[in-house]
Amino acid sequence: MSFRDLVGFAIGALRGHRLRSGLSLLGVAIGVASVILLTSVGEGARLYVTGEFATLGSNLLIVFPGKTETTGISPFLTEAPHALTLEDAEAILHHVRSARRVAPIVFGVAAARVGDRRRDVGVIGTTSEFLGVRQIRLRSGRYLPAGELARGQRVCVIGSKVQSELFGSRNPLGEILHLGEERFRVIGVTAPRGLSIGQDLDEIVHVPVSRGMKLFNKISLFRILVEISSHQEIPAARRNALELLKERHEGFEDVTIWTQDSVLATFSRVLSLLTAALGGIAAISLTVAGVGIMNVMLVSVSERRREIGLLKAIGVMPRQVVSAFLVEAALLSTAGGALGLAAALGATRLMRTMYPSFPARPPFWVVPAALSVSIGVGLLFGALPARRASRLDPVAALARR
Amino acid sequence: MIELSGISRDFQVGEETVHALADIDLTVPDGDYLSLMGPSGSGKSSLLNILGCLDRPTRGSYRLDGREVARLPEEELSRIRRQHIGFVFQFYHLVPRLTAAGNVELPMIFAGVERGERIERVDRALREVGLSARARHRSEQLSGGERQRVAIARAIVMGPRVLLADEPTGNLDISAGREIVRLLEERNARGLTVIVVTHDPDIGSRARHRIRLADGKIVSEENAVADGAAVGLRSR
Repeated sequence: MSFRDLVGFAIGALRGHRLRSGLSLLGVAIGVASVILLTSVGEGARLYVTGEFATLGSNLLIVFPGKTETTGISPFLTEAPHALTLEDAEAILHHVRSARRVAPIVFGVAAARVGDRRRDVGVIGTTSEFLGVRQIRLRSGRYLPAGELARGQRVCVIGSKVQSELFGSRNPLGEILHLGEERFRVIGVTAPRGLSIGQDLDEIVHVPVSRGMKLFNKISLFRILVEISSHQEIPAARRNALELLKERHEGFEDVTIWTQDSVLATFSRVLSLLTAALGGIAAISLTVAGVGIMNVMLVSVSERRREIGLLKAIGVMPRQVVSAFLVEAALLSTAGGALGLAAALGATRLMRTMYPSFPARPPFWVVPAALSVSIGVGLLFGALPARRASRLDPVAALARR
Repeated sequence: MIELSGISRDFQVGEETVHALADIDLTVPDGDYLSLMGPSGSGKSSLLNILGCLDRPTRGSYRLDGREVARLPEEELSRIRRQHIGFVFQFYHLVPRLTAAGNVELPMIFAGVERGERIERVDRALREVGLSARARHRSEQLSGGERQRVAIARAIVMGPRVLLADEPTGNLDISAGREIVRLLEERNARGLTVIVVTHDPDIGSRARHRIRLADGKIVSEENAVADGAAVGLRSR
């Protein structure tokens, strides 16, 4: 018999009990939709985070003190490192050929005060180059002045939120802001930007790096960001910088240099894992839906005993009975899968319109995967009922009224 | 040509073995009109199921057109049923969701007959049972007699050699029953072997070849030619 006839027969049988077919179809639809939605959210998180890293600027090396034992995301320091100093930063700029910009960073939290308004703020000590490296835009004023690293002026650039909380509607430019015991003149305000790799830049105060080190009493930098002139030169630049710092640190390889690529890859890997975990959880509901299909098919088999007996009497072979019931189950689950797919695609589209900054997008493989998985669910959970149908004794099945 | 020799069928009921059929010898020539009669539990239906290759005998030989079929595997028996045997049941066994035409089409769908040819053959079979006008009706919209006529159309649509009818009039009123018997005899007149299981002596006695069963054994066999002269009569 032709496949078309088989499908026609199965559709006829499914239409014989619409409510039941509809409900088990809905079960698969919900299962498939939840798998797609959760993986979309996971994938969206991955795209969001990697997108955020891209705002760091391209072609970046990130140097930090200490040697990581593994490429893991939280490094274990294996030996007391030499301090990572401003001189190191300058050396990189001058001796690593492809280094275009270098931004040393110290970071800490300090109590900020303007008049009698106070709050704790994150303070980044850095240089004028930070502006370009992190692609920061200013709302008003100017950024930290260029100049010799070691002699920082007492000036600062504040985030937009710091401005509104400490200055209200007043123009902060030229005003004095206290950080701890020190006075800083505000020379610029950054444009609102929101979260960027976990830091709310709007709540940050930027000060010259040497001021920052003094403020937090640090001898070592927190990071050195190095922008390389082209992507191809990153590996070579990384090697050069490592050698240079090893030389400067008396032969100890006591710094770690991450490329932006490797950070991105790590995050991407972690978040893909998260996506897979979410998908796995959602897959449970798909299994439940499969059991639902099996149940419906079993009911159908026992209800249609006479029909099956008749089919056998008119010479339908056992394997044809198996395929008829398998096709029925697969049709149910595939229709459910298609419905769930459509619902999930619609829902993710809606999510994207409601939260444009969060790219909840189904992974590219979702359409073929959803359809083949739902066919598979039907075949898998339809197998037992189909087998049962094919083994029905026609004499017994037809004897009953 | 059907040749049974030494056919027995045992059923296991709990600890006990029930002998539904015991040592049946029977020859049914092509084009025969045979009735199987006897009280309930006499083995009529068991015999019919074996004749129809729905069931396999416990012992004995069943030759259908010279081929031994008693021990064939399920797949082969299905093929024989599809090609050589038509069934008509007391309770019609129409598939309720299908129309009359759909029910008649069913055997051909699974036999892989092409769509165009199927439609043609459904039309012809329904015409032959006088139900062309009812082709689009579903079984619940048909009377008992009409349902049984659909069942006959379904049984003949594959062009079988043997038609097996199990109490075909058992659920019908007299006039509808008469119509069914007329249809069966018409098929027989065109050369189809017809075997009828019945309680009804009026119907059973119409057959040329009559067998009476009791306790799984043939207790009498009468065989008459069309003009009524006895050609063979034996009693056991």
